[in-house]
Amino acid sequence: MGFSMRKIDYCQALNEALHQEMAKNPDIFVFGIGVPDHKSVFGSTRGLLETFGPDRCFDTPLCEDSMTGFALGAALGGMRPVHIHIRVDFLLLAMNQIVNMIASYNYSLGGKVKLPIVIRTIIGRGWGQGMHHSKSLQSYFAHIPGLKVVMPTTPRDAKGLLTAALRDNNPVIFIEHRWLYWAENDVPEGEFLIPLGQGNILREGTDLTIVATSWMNVEALRAADLLAKQGVYVEVVDPRTIAPLDEALILRSVEKTGHCLVADNDWVECGFSAEVAARVAEKCFGRLKSPVRRLGFAHTPCPTVRCLEDEFYPNAKRIVAVIHEMLGLPPIDLSGEFSYSHESRFKGPF
Amino acid sequence: MSYPGLELYKKLYLARRCEEYIVKYYPQNDMKTPMHMSMGQEAVAVGVCHAVGSTGLVLATYRSHAAFLAHTQNVPLFFSELYGRVNGLANGKSGSMHLADPDHGHWGSSGIVASTIPIALGLAFAQKRKNTGATTVVFFGDGAIDEGSFWESINVAALMKLPVLFVCEDNGYAVHTPSKKRHGYDSIVDIVGQFRCATFSDDSNDVESICNMTQQALSIIQAGGGPVFLHIKCYRYLEHVGINDDMKDAYRPVEIQEAWLKKDCLVLQRLRLINEQGVEEIVIQQLEEQVETSIHHSIVAAKQYSSPDPSQLFHGVFYEEN
Repeated sequence: MGFSMRKIDYCQALNEALHQEMAKNPDIFVFGIGVPDHKSVFGSTRGLLETFGPDRCFDTPLCEDSMTGFALGAALGGMRPVHIHIRVDFLLLAMNQIVNMIASYNYSLGGKVKLPIVIRTIIGRGWGQGMHHSKSLQSYFAHIPGLKVVMPTTPRDAKGLLTAALRDNNPVIFIEHRWLYWAENDVPEGEFLIPLGQGNILREGTDLTIVATSWMNVEALRAADLLAKQGVYVEVVDPRTIAPLDEALILRSVEKTGHCLVADNDWVECGFSAEVAARVAEKCFGRLKSPVRRLGFAHTPCPTVRCLEDEFYPNAKRIVAVIHEMLGLPPIDLSGEFSYSHESRFKGPF
Repeated sequence: MSYPGLELYKKLYLARRCEEYIVKYYPQNDMKTPMHMSMGQEAVAVGVCHAVGSTGLVLATYRSHAAFLAHTQNVPLFFSELYGRVNGLANGKSGSMHLADPDHGHWGSSGIVASTIPIALGLAFAQKRKNTGATTVVFFGDGAIDEGSFWESINVAALMKLPVLFVCEDNGYAVHTPSKKRHGYDSIVDIVGQFRCATFSDDSNDVESICNMTQQALSIIQAGGGPVFLHIKCYRYLEHVGINDDMKDAYRPVEIQEAWLKKDCLVLQRLRLINEQGVEEIVIQQLEEQVETSIHHSIVAAKQYSSPDPSQLFHGVFYEEN
């Protein structure tokens, strides 16, 4: 028990956090479209219906906006709702309740009430997810005062951050990545939490800082491996929570390396990568040895066909190429190196 | 108070006079908040809130002075909030459009049409889960029934048998657009009645009728019969937003206004007290003076408070432990 480790995947980690917290706190309930069905949101809600019953794990009609308002009302009534969406894109149907109501509700009540609302949602990718099943939108939410925004990368973070979100007394948008569901690593068995607002150094390095979000951390780590073969050591900083942001961790790293690349799992324009670049420019401009660079989705809707999708998403090789430019190194031939794809295990409607 | 009708009259009078004071003092430019006045529609809020009682949980709209006052009777903090004073309900951050007073069962108002309707679902769900027996009441205008979230919410409430009282205050206009230019149907009650949701209608403007009808609705909800929808016709005396009469703009027929003025809810109830319930005029006058004094004191007291300190700006975005 306690902190004994064993390897589980990201999805099991999410599931375990829900089981442990729901067992402890009877006010927590999970709901959303398809949440208790046989697919159990890719397995992340598995066993909740059987363990906690239909009052605490239930399906809803297809009305994201109203069920988001429902979550707000339930929180006002002393409950701790967890509203689950199988794609981030579907949250756009709930933006009025999220942005106009939930985000400012406590302010309108003088900051006196607890609003423990967790909105779990999943970024899709691959096998033609296309323009309506592939959005991330972290900067949409992080732009709004009153919301916390979390994007776990590792299984350990998935469990620790979800536990923290479930215990927080404020609204949290919890953005998962479908491809990370299979990531497997050491996760403590017992309850533990990772405070919201605390980033993580995924890999230490001295030559350049990559600030990456969600899946882009996987690409950044792969790029770091490729670069290490050339004797270039990059540091990979995962903010883990977009809001509140662990700015100090990012600045410390950039002060050390003097170079900063932001690899965001989202569009670049007016996005989180711009926020990080601005803060680095504002607060450690004098330590920069090269301009801050950014990588993210191409500024197009996400195409369905694979060859265009490959162009749409940045990958480890693109990261390496940009870093070569930043450091003034000659390009190297990466044609023999693999690129990540979960196409072989990720077939079908989702 | 031994006459039940007198308490209803007192609440009507309170709501009306508070707004008449707003009309009087608003031009001094010290209440810097857009006013969507309830004047003329008070019978709905007073009749419903009186029936629901202090244990009821209320959600309202930006046109919610009457509902706020009828449910909380918190006149001092009402004016402190409108004047933007530090002791206001939300230290002046909310103003007229976001009135709330959770300590008195008022859980908020919204500047976005229909947006508190779904909140009522969750609040009612929590009451059911926690077995409090409390009923959640949500007020909204006829403009709100054009919004998708109204239809989503009626469906969810009926499906989940939630203890919610939906109160449609139908003043016939969404801002300046009459319902006949907005509705591809004739009767909202007929449509809502197709859901597993009981419906009641009223166009009397009579606070006692509305109160009695609400009591019937509450008995259905409290017996576990699920949500109830009240459709109550009413008439807004003033402009959509602001303190002025806008009949000069000629978008509302004068004859309709005259018909509603003839059945002004305060006039109806005052006459009933005297003619049917044997209340002496002097008793009513004393009550009116009492209300008058309390409003006057509240306004004087509110103005003595300061505005919030600039450092207040950052407080309350997130929950703060006391």
